Amino acid sequence: MAKSGTVGQPGSAYMIVDQDKAVRRHTFAVIVDNEPGVLARVIGLFSGRGYNIESLTVSTVTADESVSRINIVTTGTEMVIEQIKAQLSRLVPVHDVHDLTLEGPHVERELALIKVRAKDHQRRESLRIADVFDAKVADTTLESFVFIIDGDTGKVDSFVDLMRALGDVEVARSGVVAIGRGTEMVTV
Amino acid sequence: MAEKLTGAEIIIKALADQGVDVVFGYPGGAVLPIYDALFKQNRIRHILVRHEQGAVHAAEGYARSTGKPGVVLVTSGPGATNAVTGLTDALCDSIPIVCLTGQVPTHLIGNDAFQECDTTGITRPCTKHNYLVKKVEDLSRTMHEAFYVATAGRPGPVVIDIPKDVQFAATDYTNGKSASHKTYKPKLKADRDAIEQAADLLLAAKKPVVYAGGGVINAGPQASKLLTELVRMTNFPCTLTLMGLGAFPASEPQFLGMLGMHGTYEANWAMHDADVILAVGSRFDDRITGRLDAFAPNSKKIHIDIDPSSINKNVRVDLPIVADAGHALQDLIRIMKARQRKPDAAAMERWWAQIDEWRARDCLAYGASKEMIKPQHAIRRLYELSKTTGKDTFITTEVGQHQMWAAQHFHFDKPNRWMTSGGLGTMGYGLPAAVGTQLAHPDALVVDIAGEASIQMNIQELSTAVQYRLPVKVFILNNEYMGMVRQWQELLHGGRYSESYSEALPDFVKLADAYGMKGLRAMGPDDLDGTIQEMLDHDGPVIADILVDKAENCYPMIPSGAAHNDMLLGPVEEGKDAIGEKGKVLV
Repeated sequence: MAKSGTVGQPGSAYMIVDQDKAVRRHTFAVIVDNEPGVLARVIGLFSGRGYNIESLTVSTVTADESVSRINIVTTGTEMVIEQIKAQLSRLVPVHDVHDLTLEGPHVERELALIKVRAKDHQRRESLRIADVFDAKVADTTLESFVFIIDGDTGKVDSFVDLMRALGDVEVARSGVVAIGRGTEMVTV
Repeated sequence: MAEKLTGAEIIIKALADQGVDVVFGYPGGAVLPIYDALFKQNRIRHILVRHEQGAVHAAEGYARSTGKPGVVLVTSGPGATNAVTGLTDALCDSIPIVCLTGQVPTHLIGNDAFQECDTTGITRPCTKHNYLVKKVEDLSRTMHEAFYVATAGRPGPVVIDIPKDVQFAATDYTNGKSASHKTYKPKLKADRDAIEQAADLLLAAKKPVVYAGGGVINAGPQASKLLTELVRMTNFPCTLTLMGLGAFPASEPQFLGMLGMHGTYEANWAMHDADVILAVGSRFDDRITGRLDAFAPNSKKIHIDIDPSSINKNVRVDLPIVADAGHALQDLIRIMKARQRKPDAAAMERWWAQIDEWRARDCLAYGASKEMIKPQHAIRRLYELSKTTGKDTFITTEVGQHQMWAAQHFHFDKPNRWMTSGGLGTMGYGLPAAVGTQLAHPDALVVDIAGEASIQMNIQELSTAVQYRLPVKVFILNNEYMGMVRQWQELLHGGRYSESYSEALPDFVKLADAYGMKGLRAMGPDDLDGTIQEMLDHDGPVIADILVDKAENCYPMIPSGAAHNDMLLGPVEEGKDAIGEKGKVLV
């Protein structure tokens, strides 16, 4: 009951997560059976135990569609991150949990579609910035563009922030997908 | 080609192949085909409970006292939702349960049909795993897999939700008794390196403590034997958690009693001052540790647990060992013997001298009274008199003061004899658990040590006990209060006993009579032994209503938010706060 982190009580029985310990961002790849309810199990675990989800993506990754890969970006202290991995591994349909942040260098990408409604100078400026960010035009009208951009979360964030300054903006983001660098493969 | 079986017949066949002899359940529309299949066979006995929560607790009592999984059969909708408390209880205490729930036919799922609920959705967070079987072809595999999942690794409850059309549909049965799961394979054997390190740490210890829990009991009676062997071999002091009582014999001199919030002075001080703690199948939960930054501050901690998520969850340990308690203990004993060294004898002598000093405080002592029955005294008398019956004795409890007194004053020399709701703290657990325990052990003495408030939460199960002629004894310590609530209100809320007094209690003797069982009452200390003896001598179910001191509090106590060396041994002096501001928000 008193597990919520609202009352800061260093030293109490429950607040074992030292507040002064650094909160870090970790990217997990969770290999699961592609069966009904598996995503609900993973999400329920995060909400039930009070962990954060910054981003979550899921898709099947095998030819027979029997296995899915869930990419989760989360934040927490070292002890919480370690618990997240242990708790995820404990779910029966979870084959394997990879903490990509710990396992070494990896590539992280997300894709975003950004609709910008603007006229005149703002409209021209949006196109110029898109060019700088290597974003492509996916759709256009005389008063709007839909840009498609991919990159790491920081790059997409910056692009969206710039577009907001130029007009009305609608954003759709895919969430992060990630994979380790090098020849080694995650077995499924 | 074998004859095709209906889904309902497959369920019964799979249960029989899994060696199930008893199912606890309650019929309803969505499980009628299964009840029909039950009717047509005689391998499996069905026990009709009076409420689905009772079915799960009865199955827990059965499982906890036998080591075999308990099986539950309930209908859809309210049948399933009523089972949720029991399932959560089994999850918290790692009890293997397979719970079959009926579901509306597949084509009606999601339609808000009569007695429909999203059973897999509701039970997802309170089961180890759950299934919705939409095709009869998946049924035999799912049944056998469910038994594997419920019992493998850290045990827990598994729900199989079975739509009614699937129960009618026919297909071939495949026996998968030895089924496993394609990816779920818990690790049982410890890494040899880790065991070697543990042996070194333990042999170098000057103030060691063994702190064992329910995981040892779940690992089977052999694990308890190994724990006992290790403790005897090393002469280390041993303390047990509430769930672990019986894993090490209480009559052994190395036993310090239970530890934690209502644990003994010597157990908690030994933990606090220890230099090496060997935790086996215990999980450092908040009832055990108290204030974390003051928990066993100068100790190296070795933690053996089958569930990696239990390690480093609350307390950072120095040496984690993921393994089954039995396997790990066996390896540890072998390697420690091979070292041909003993722990430092002089240090151990000093350590035991210190422990004996703590023991001399006699922390479980209570004031004797000639006018009123002290609840602790009632349990001690029950313990003494039950030993004279010569029967194997099993104790279940409800939740509250009586539970803690039972844990302190009733002693267990064997595992699987103590059934209590530890993690969830479910009032109403004890009576149905006693029903399940008695079914598994028809000739044993089974006593539910209860409070007058808790017992009323599942009192309908008296009817089950009477129907199946189960001679369970319900031993009610009646103080007319929800005692633990009253105690906390006294310590924490200025004695404002908000809603913790029971204004309108039933006459339990007449109630027993109404259910067709024997009712007894002890009004004062002079009646106590006679009443207990009469209860034990009667060969049917009995309620013994023991009127006890209404003001008695459960000590020793580590107030919430306090450290092990801050424990209260008795009433707090006037004007002093037992619990600090920080502790007040804790449960």
